[in-house]
Amino acid sequence: MVTSDAMTPAGPRAGVPIGPRDSKGYRLFTGLNAGVLVLVCLVVLYPFITLLAQSFSSAGAIKAGLVNAVPVDFNIETYRAVTQDERFWTSYGNTVLYTVVGTVVAMILTTTFAYVISKQHLRGRNVLIGIAVFTMFFNGGIIPNYVLISSLGLKNTMWAVVLPGALSVFNLLVMKSFFENLPRELEEAAQLDGLGWFGIYVRIVLPLSKAVIATMVLFYSVAYWNDWFSAFLYLDKNELFPMSLYLRNLIAGASTTTAESAAAIGTTGAAISANIKAVTMVLAILPILVVYPFVQRHFVSGVMLGSVKG
Amino acid sequence: MDVTDESTGGAVGTEGALRTAPAPTPRSAPGPAPGSGDGTAGVRHGRLRRRPRAGRVSWRQTLRRDGVLYLMALLPLAFLVVFRYLPVAGNVIAFRRFRPGGSIFGETWVGLRYVEMFINDPTFWHVFANTAILGCLTLAICFPLPIVLALLLNEVRKTAFKRVVQSVSYLPHFLSIVIVAGMTMQLLSLQGTVNQVVEAMGGEGIPFLQRPEWFRAIYVGTEVWQTVGWGTILYLAALTTVDSSLYEAARIDGANRWRQTWHVTLPGIRPTMVTLLILNIGTFLNVGFEKVLLLYTPLTYSTADVISTYLYRVGLVSNNLSYAAAIGLFQACIGLVMVLSANFVSRRVVGASLW
Repeated sequence: MVTSDAMTPAGPRAGVPIGPRDSKGYRLFTGLNAGVLVLVCLVVLYPFITLLAQSFSSAGAIKAGLVNAVPVDFNIETYRAVTQDERFWTSYGNTVLYTVVGTVVAMILTTTFAYVISKQHLRGRNVLIGIAVFTMFFNGGIIPNYVLISSLGLKNTMWAVVLPGALSVFNLLVMKSFFENLPRELEEAAQLDGLGWFGIYVRIVLPLSKAVIATMVLFYSVAYWNDWFSAFLYLDKNELFPMSLYLRNLIAGASTTTAESAAAIGTTGAAISANIKAVTMVLAILPILVVYPFVQRHFVSGVMLGSVKG
Repeated sequence: MDVTDESTGGAVGTEGALRTAPAPTPRSAPGPAPGSGDGTAGVRHGRLRRRPRAGRVSWRQTLRRDGVLYLMALLPLAFLVVFRYLPVAGNVIAFRRFRPGGSIFGETWVGLRYVEMFINDPTFWHVFANTAILGCLTLAICFPLPIVLALLLNEVRKTAFKRVVQSVSYLPHFLSIVIVAGMTMQLLSLQGTVNQVVEAMGGEGIPFLQRPEWFRAIYVGTEVWQTVGWGTILYLAALTTVDSSLYEAARIDGANRWRQTWHVTLPGIRPTMVTLLILNIGTFLNVGFEKVLLLYTPLTYSTADVISTYLYRVGLVSNNLSYAAAIGLFQACIGLVMVLSANFVSRRVVGASLW
């Protein structure tokens, strides 16, 4: 009822200065709206807050159900214990390695192919685009992919994690439309100066595309950073596990890995206490949280670039 | 190798032609832009502007001019063939007996044996139903919510506040599904906040993740948490493109804000809505497989088990690869049919489509 009342009065749209025509009802709506949005923020943030609180609390306090938004028995012992575990750092290092290598490979594949299919005069261009786009709508599925990776001998190598995700068609199309919109005169001038296609690509097009390249790098690195499933499928050796898989095993509390690492951190029994899980999760999210405020707008602009193409 | 030689040779050749304009090489003569007087312009047009009348240029000339481009496409194409198309072809094992360690395309034809097997498998139909229910719930709840949130955000006039809400609401999108599952488990555990609230209100603690009747709510809830904020981006972008003179006109016609929203804003973002709806429908059977895998337990199989998790267990845990591939292929085909038909319907009904 309240909302419909609040919606009734006529007033200027958002962005238009607030005029005297703003009625009481509209102001009520604005207030309610702000309230709803604050609530949304709280709901989004609460899991982070409670995670942080748990990470600074003692296992006993969490077990007693005392920890919500504020740490109980504040301590940083858990952080010390987790960061002293060798496995934690191995998996962290693996994640960094897979992310860097994967992003580099993916960027090479994506930018070169995007450049080629951005050339509107190119014969067979539509075929090339079609080959890429088809894979968006029909993929092989888990089993054939698994069989393929196994028979290529990639199991238990970094490449099983890096290669399958190395070309996202969405990112490809975003780059393609960006390249298509670059001013043509520059390329023509370069051509008159005797540069071939590859020279133009390396010396003219790539330097002009720093913004979109940054966005794509972000997209790919987040995808690799967060990926756990290909590691879960294709890697059996603890020393190859990325952070996400280490974390998954910790959370699931199932495999031998976790029991061992629990022993390593000095916890007894197979059950990993909640504070250790919390600390590991906080440390896994941390890089994303630190970088996020600075790069967020690149992500947004990347999504918009993609949507322009439709 | 052939291609390389020819293309580099070609490139040099045309560049030569550029410098010594008056004498066009015989090869480039029939090609580009008839009517453009000098060779320079002709070559330029041929290379950068649209291709001159199709059919005139022979493949040899194309290769000479654009060979480098095809060469650049080789690596990505090889990637697509190996990592995207081979698995598609690998689906033939759904119709062939597969021996681990043998050919990825299987050993002998068995026809529709595995297809019949899953059609007669009651568990398959059970997980199919679970998948459809989860998919429908997700679509019904996670599709409209970003629109609502975007409309609410659009009414905010304080830019700083708007920006903060946006930043906060995008954040979950960047989290690994493992983290989301971990948070969910912590929040819903017997010691978690949710159960504390339940107990404070006089209820008894519920082990949510072990109760089949709660799984769907948990699944959709986490999905909302993770996707709704990010989902507003495209709508917010579409909202800025709505012509403000339409609002003016609507106001003059006496439309209040609610009516303006209904008659101007919503139609303005309809193409975006349709596009996203089509995409969502197409992926609707691929319900967040990874999340289900992380959150379900044998106790909740009755509501949580979906096609992908079932085929994962059948194929990779019990090693029935062919049987699992048959199920996967069926799922992929349904997905394809659904995108195509959603696209077809939307082109007919609202005149917007993906292609």
